[in-house]
Amino acid sequence: MPGKLKVKIVAGRHLPVMDRASDLTDAFVEVKFGNTTFKTDVYLKSLNPQWNSEWFKFEVDDEDLQDEPLQITVLDHDTYSANDAIGKVYIDIDPLLYSEAATVISGWFPIYDTIHGIRGEINVIVKVDLFNDLNRFRQSSCGVKFFCTTSIPKCYRAVIIHGFVEELVVNEDPEYQWIDRIRTPRASNEARQRLISLMSGELQRKIGLKVLEMRGNAVVGYLQCFDLEGESGLVVRAIGTACTLDKLSSPAAFLPACNSPSKEMKEIPFNEDPNPNTHSSGPSTPLKNQTYSFSPSKSYSRQSSSSDTDLSLTPKTGMGSGSAGKEGGPFKALLRQQTQSALEQREFPFFTLTAFPPGFLVHVGGVVSARSVKLLDRIHNPDEPETRDAWWAEIRQEIKSHAKALGCHAVVGYSESTSICEEVCILSASGTAAVLNPRFLQDGTLEGCLEQRLEENLPVGCGFCHIPYDELNMPFPAHLTYCYNCRKQKVPDVLFTTIDLPTDATVVGKGCLIQARLCRLKKKAQAEANATAISNLLPFMEYEVHTQLMNKLKLKGMNALFGLRIQITVGENMLMGLASATGVYLAALPTPGGIQIAGKTPNDGSYEQHISHMQKKINDTIAKNKELYEINPPETSEELIGSPIPEPRQHSRLLRSQSESSDEVTELDLSHGKKDAFVLEIDDTDALEDVHSLLTDVPPPPGFYSCNTEIMPGINNWTSEIQMFTSVRVTRLSSLNLTNQALNKNFNDLCENLLKSLYFKLRSMIPCCLCHVNFTVSLPEDELIQVTVTAVAITFDKNQALQTTKTHVEKSLQRASTDNEELLQFPLELCSDSIPSHPFPPAKEHLESASSNSGIPAAQRAVTVEKASPMGEGNFRNRSAPPCANSTVGVVKMTPLSFIPGAKITKYLGIINMFFIRETTSLREEGGVSGFLHAFIAEVFAMVRAHVAALGGNAVVSYIMKQCVFMENPNKNQAQCLINVSGDAVVFVRESDLEVVSTQHPTANCQPLCAGGEVTT
Amino acid sequence: MTSELDIFVGNTTLIDEDVYRLWLDGYSVSDAVALRVRSGILEQTGATAAVLQSDTMDHYRTFHMLERLLHAPPKLLHQLIFQIPPSRQALLIERYYAFDEAFVREVLGKKLSKGTKKDLDDISTKTGITLKSCRRQFDNFKRVFKVVEEMRGSLVDNIQQHFLLSDRLSRDYAAIVFFANNRFETGKKKLQYLSFGDFAFCAELMIQNWTLGAVGEAPTDPDSQVDDMDVDLDKEFLQDLKELKVLVADKDLLDLHKSLVCTTLRGKLTVFSEMEANFKNLSRGLVNVAAKLTHNKDVRDLFVDLVEKFVEPCRSDHWPLADVRLFLNQYSASVHSLDGFRHQALWDRYMGTLRGCLLRLYHD
Repeated sequence: MPGKLKVKIVAGRHLPVMDRASDLTDAFVEVKFGNTTFKTDVYLKSLNPQWNSEWFKFEVDDEDLQDEPLQITVLDHDTYSANDAIGKVYIDIDPLLYSEAATVISGWFPIYDTIHGIRGEINVIVKVDLFNDLNRFRQSSCGVKFFCTTSIPKCYRAVIIHGFVEELVVNEDPEYQWIDRIRTPRASNEARQRLISLMSGELQRKIGLKVLEMRGNAVVGYLQCFDLEGESGLVVRAIGTACTLDKLSSPAAFLPACNSPSKEMKEIPFNEDPNPNTHSSGPSTPLKNQTYSFSPSKSYSRQSSSSDTDLSLTPKTGMGSGSAGKEGGPFKALLRQQTQSALEQREFPFFTLTAFPPGFLVHVGGVVSARSVKLLDRIHNPDEPETRDAWWAEIRQEIKSHAKALGCHAVVGYSESTSICEEVCILSASGTAAVLNPRFLQDGTLEGCLEQRLEENLPVGCGFCHIPYDELNMPFPAHLTYCYNCRKQKVPDVLFTTIDLPTDATVVGKGCLIQARLCRLKKKAQAEANATAISNLLPFMEYEVHTQLMNKLKLKGMNALFGLRIQITVGENMLMGLASATGVYLAALPTPGGIQIAGKTPNDGSYEQHISHMQKKINDTIAKNKELYEINPPETSEELIGSPIPEPRQHSRLLRSQSESSDEVTELDLSHGKKDAFVLEIDDTDALEDVHSLLTDVPPPPGFYSCNTEIMPGINNWTSEIQMFTSVRVTRLSSLNLTNQALNKNFNDLCENLLKSLYFKLRSMIPCCLCHVNFTVSLPEDELIQVTVTAVAITFDKNQALQTTKTHVEKSLQRASTDNEELLQFPLELCSDSIPSHPFPPAKEHLESASSNSGIPAAQRAVTVEKASPMGEGNFRNRSAPPCANSTVGVVKMTPLSFIPGAKITKYLGIINMFFIRETTSLREEGGVSGFLHAFIAEVFAMVRAHVAALGGNAVVSYIMKQCVFMENPNKNQAQCLINVSGDAVVFVRESDLEVVSTQHPTANCQPLCAGGEVTT
Repeated sequence: MTSELDIFVGNTTLIDEDVYRLWLDGYSVSDAVALRVRSGILEQTGATAAVLQSDTMDHYRTFHMLERLLHAPPKLLHQLIFQIPPSRQALLIERYYAFDEAFVREVLGKKLSKGTKKDLDDISTKTGITLKSCRRQFDNFKRVFKVVEEMRGSLVDNIQQHFLLSDRLSRDYAAIVFFANNRFETGKKKLQYLSFGDFAFCAELMIQNWTLGAVGEAPTDPDSQVDDMDVDLDKEFLQDLKELKVLVADKDLLDLHKSLVCTTLRGKLTVFSEMEANFKNLSRGLVNVAAKLTHNKDVRDLFVDLVEKFVEPCRSDHWPLADVRLFLNQYSASVHSLDGFRHQALWDRYMGTLRGCLLRLYHD
């Protein structure tokens, strides 16, 4: 009997009138967990019943505690006929199962009905008493923490990052069971909601078990998705990154244990290398691609790991070799092999993280993605979901081999998705091939002091750009140049990644949202013919999306994409591709060349004229964009970065790097000459269209920026005014005989108009940036395109914005001046907290000074602030303290970001993972499709907020709307919508309320690496 | 390409004050878009008409959803669906319950019934206020009326508590409720020169002095019919007013009253001779108004009578307001010196309020 669940039903309010005669309701409540049900008394004739029930106690296994949701049903008692259901509340009690999260769930929950939406609220208290269970073979995984956040959560420190965990469970979709023909839609929807709730609980428990097996204690970057496969069933699948996390406030942090002497010795030769260079991919590397192939049979890796029976000691040796210089080519290979062997223990060296502890990411190879088209068939045995497992395994294998081809041993920023239309399903996976620092990948006991040495090899701000693959054996054609930052390593001319911009990356100017949009018609077909048609189209779509991205990137005068997400959606008669990413100018990468247009028919004079006109337009646009995004000529920034500060070490380093690569300087110039090599050939109308479409993208209005990454490069003075929103548009394509071009234009207009609308709506927040802009496309019917956008608008301080470029340069200067050897001394303890503490120092200081100067009590001050900016959520009543006694509803912030500007997250309360179905048979009366969906989404937000508030939280971070499936049948006056959302419930405290010694902040600002150990919580 | 569905939902509900006003004014979405275009917003923001259309639709939908909650403002504060900062909530409520002067003048004192609602068409045509806006305002009046009608305690406080309105607006609603309950006639042509403010001022004075609540006596018997302390006029008081008739019926008393007033005011009024000539008529008018208040019909005509019997005669003789004030003060005060008159307290309660009302009503 490992757990006792206790539930108390306190009261209800705003209940609907269920008895027309009296205009009142006789309400009572059923509380159900597993197969046990309790009932409250009937509270007669009231819309605000006060049940104040006894404590209902459920004695259950912890396995059930994890799987089952608590079901609360509010009913209207009827003496003569069946009791009418008013609505339900599902409460996930998982957050109560691990110690650091919530201890009690208590609050007002909206009572939800799938037909009527929210119908009043109910006040419930839930507690769990867990008994210690010594059973080693238990099936539960209580205590494993889950985070949707795709970085190390702010108040934790990663001790080890174990790696990829995945699981899927399948079941029959209740909507497609035979019983559905005889039951009401409400019963069917409720069965579905319940089943999915149960399945996610089960899935989470199973993932938890895997984490425990890996000796982790948490899953970060947990992404759970539903595949509504229709007839063939319902799949719930999840991926995540298993980690061992340490709460920062606990001083029992690990101390880097000293290594055994033998291991030290091994490393000494490398460490004493006088050349603290990064591993280079220079041409002199004697060992080619195959040297660091991933074959597990390689004797190298086997040898090194033989000394240790445990997971792997190897990476440690790898660490040492990491400091090897150029001449240490073979050692570099060794490093690769050994690091990789640590990863080889895992079937898939994948990480769902998009932001990393400093020093974790060594090199980035580029985006790897794989897609496969499958025909769905009925899942015969739900307990053995082998087919689906095999499908994903196949895709992951492919991703792994792609990464290998890029000379990388790991994939970061990894995600998976599906698109289903009838019985065809496209499975997609993508990520960023990368070389990782193995320090975080192994047990803490193995962590040695020597590993710190690795720090010195990471050129600050550019290391991750350096190519991990071999120059002479490149997996794809690319122009390589020497890094514009350190001048030592080769970098590609452009870099595409799925991760967030590393915090230490040196960026010039600001970034911007870049989207590639594409539609392709396909013939309607059945089964295999359809699948084949789709498979044939896919490569072309991928190619075109890539080309579009590249063109748009050049047009913006930028050279790297972060947060790239390519979504391919399948419909009955078309495929849609939508790629979103944030373009930036990385100082380490070469200046992108312009776009040159070349015509194919040179004899035609007017044509020539047209071409040159177009060329001029393109050049103008590039120039305008450079100005808009403050992309200064990189020559100046080069000088700034490179200009030797009067410091001897700096000098010597620079000199050495020059002397070493004297012969390569010419090569560098050569590549300069090549930089204009990007030619766009206009040989047919298609290409002409492409060029036109390039130029139709309108930049956001003044004062607006947008990106799909966590934060906007080049802006770091956010205010606390945030506004998260979801916007949905469905467009009906007019004509039946559509062409690809018309379709493209429609789709493009749809997205552009949507963005324009957002800018207009949020105009009161200027200067403002739309962060984490997440577009989702679906094709619910033949001629319908649905685009869903979720993002957060954050206001920033304009006055301080002007200084950003300067601070950036300063920052890089400071970085450059900090000698590598000094970095060595910094304590190894890196806390992820150093990251949140530095992006917003100006705002914070501002707030702090404001609070210290004004003698007004906090509450009053909050009110004034709120009055000053009535648009945003303000910071009134946002303190962790419960809402004030005046009983208005406490504010709960929601954001897709992993942090809250100007605030510090002090506690994670558990994940929110909610699934709702709403159905109507009176669509017109509810304001048509827009009215219906508008109300539903507002209700979903409300339910998320209520659950967070009941957990004692005041915000949801890493919020994501994973699914919004909308179906309508206007002829029958019906519509249905399924929404799945998730996020992390947290408690945050305004930084102005924190008594942090402000003097620490400047340090944190310029040297995040060293700040880690100092920042107190 | 047409947008089938187009929505925007923020975690904090976006409220555009300008659009809210247009919505409250009852404009259709297309009219609202046209008005917004005319305001020059497109030039300011560089948006397109389509964007404006979509934005307006969104706001209208939000307001439509909020409307249900605005009918019971405390619900807006406690609901969970829309996260709205308190200052915005207050603004939403205040604006929703605000009304147009032109409209309120049309329905003030009318029974808030279906019959009146049918006349809204005409009111809309007459005032140029959209029918939709007229309906909202009418429904607001009716809703507030229904809620506070049977309630005990201060009318203003009750309104404030149940509708969370500002003090100013609560007072206005108190006047509307008071007028609707007593059905004072305000629509006659000769009353057209009066503003809502004039009536509201009078209503406040009457609530303060002429209702049961005004006496300050808590009803001793909870089952008695004195529940609506602030809404109904004190019936007993109205009955008693008949006693004042003696002031004009008794010729000696009337003469004495006149000579007292004339002696004091001689040389102080610019219109002394007119006053002297008219005194008996004026006094008869004022006292007869009091004596008639026993009949509901005459209560309704209170303002008509006041204007006919007092305001108009004075105005035709071009009394300056200062003279009216001096006269009324003296007229009320002199009664205390009438030895044969025993109803001093009653007179004060009547005249104190009436004097305030008349001064307010006396303008062009």
